[in-house]
Amino acid sequence: MQRRVTFDSRLLPYLLLAPQVAVTLVFFIWPAAQAVWQSVHLQDAFGIRSEFVWFENFTYVLSDPNYLDTLQTTVIFSVAVTVLAMGVALLLAVLADSKIKGASAYKTLLIWPYALAPAVAAVLWMFIFNPDIGSFGRALRAMGYDWDYRLNGGQALLMVILAASWKQVSYNFIFFLAGLQAIPRSVMEAASIDGAGPVRRFWTITFPLLSPTTFFLLVVDMVYAFFETFGTIHALTQGGPGKATETLIFRVYQDGVVNNDLGGSSAQSVILMVIVIALTAVQFRFVERKVHYS
Amino acid sequence: MKQTRFIDLVPHIVLIVGVLIFAYPIYVTLIGSTWDSGTIGRGGLPLWPGGEGVANYAQAWVGEAGDRAMYTPVRTMMLNSLVMALSIALGKIAISILSAYAVAFFRFPLRMAFFWLIFITLMLPVEVRIIPTYKVVADLGLINTYAGLAIPLIASATATLLFRQFFLTIPDELLEAAKIDGAGPVRFFIDVVLPLSRTNIAALFVILFIYGWNQYLWPLLVTSSGDMETIVTGITKMIGTGESANDWHIIMATTVLAMLPPVAVVVFMQRWFVKGLVDSEK
Repeated sequence: MQRRVTFDSRLLPYLLLAPQVAVTLVFFIWPAAQAVWQSVHLQDAFGIRSEFVWFENFTYVLSDPNYLDTLQTTVIFSVAVTVLAMGVALLLAVLADSKIKGASAYKTLLIWPYALAPAVAAVLWMFIFNPDIGSFGRALRAMGYDWDYRLNGGQALLMVILAASWKQVSYNFIFFLAGLQAIPRSVMEAASIDGAGPVRRFWTITFPLLSPTTFFLLVVDMVYAFFETFGTIHALTQGGPGKATETLIFRVYQDGVVNNDLGGSSAQSVILMVIVIALTAVQFRFVERKVHYS
Repeated sequence: MKQTRFIDLVPHIVLIVGVLIFAYPIYVTLIGSTWDSGTIGRGGLPLWPGGEGVANYAQAWVGEAGDRAMYTPVRTMMLNSLVMALSIALGKIAISILSAYAVAFFRFPLRMAFFWLIFITLMLPVEVRIIPTYKVVADLGLINTYAGLAIPLIASATATLLFRQFFLTIPDELLEAAKIDGAGPVRFFIDVVLPLSRTNIAALFVILFIYGWNQYLWPLLVTSSGDMETIVTGITKMIGTGESANDWHIIMATTVLAMLPPVAVVVFMQRWFVKGLVDSEK
């Protein structure tokens, strides 16, 4: 796409592009290329020589049962966070969109959690569910339930899923609400006159018409669960106990920063890049199709 | 007069439960920040405010040693977070509005190549290139500097795409009129494009400020000294392993202060915030 009328200048457009292109090359393209380069090389213990090893790092990473466990944890975690955050947000958005008193007050009260950092959301959950100081954590123990997410892997995973979804609901809520407001009232009224009840109207009209929003949020929430929840997990469980809450991104950090395994960590980074590129491609294909329909 | 039926109350009940689920953790933290660490540590936190509020916030703010440990003062961490968030937000807006202007208003060789170069940064979030990016920043000597915290995060395809999209809606007549009046590209940018972009800039600023303030993994890597600590990473370092013998009163006061700026931005700039969010993701 291009405007019909443009300015003529030889040098100026390059000057205008220079800052962004410089930052992109130095901090995006070069590091990404480095990650790819390192992922097919093996460094010696002193980091002096490196040898080209084809896909050895990848086969090593992908045949490591620990990595496959981490992959499984990531999938469970991401699917749970996505389903939970979207389901709750859709319910709240449908209710807040209906003609009820105080709808705008409800909106304000449901939107603000977007401002919280994932790590801060995790800290807030800890204040409540910590078995020593948290009111709910202590209540669970008082009821005779052996609650301690610092020792029990299943409980730890549940905690990070709940804290991560809790923070993401408001984002989904904003988009579902915008999607709902774009549905023409006349369609709903016509269905209503034809005798369709609210539940039937939701499944036959609202839900299908919301599908572009739903699909968009599906991709965004998956990306959120894969990458941005690093803070949630780091603040709440540090990936533990054992490796019960270790996701792919947490492992890249663990192997690259803590264990200093550059080849393995780079191979993992490249795997993550492929996942992001796939998700982005899916999203853009879809967006293109949506443009065609409208 | 229609009688209120129970079924009409159901949406209200569900929405109120929803609001409470989101408000309760904040309420507990606010209350906790007004009690002493002993009360919190024993798990006997009441549901009403205590009398230690002023003392706790003052202690957190200046970084006086708690009962058990020394912390980076909150005022230092808040300043660092503020500098990081503002640099990221303003830096992203500045470099993307310039590059979008170039791509939208000029015709020049390799235009689409540059556009794609910027576009693919969408697919490289900082998390996936974390180790090599850290190495680049270390080689440039930017560890523990504001530049190191902000610059690697300021290239943004979304902001560029948003501005370009908006620039394409500026009518050709406006550009022709400006050309006839003898205005060059720089004049036109300052006198026409910038004023027209005000709402977009405000909306984007809200989103990017929150994005910058809430960064976690990157500050965790590039800052190692206490003076460069940002507040979000600072809190989790205070908590450590989450033992009951922490200075919980200071931690909770710090958490409240860490939430304050981004929440205030969302609440007071709600209109721009929703616009920025919905537009930038289109």
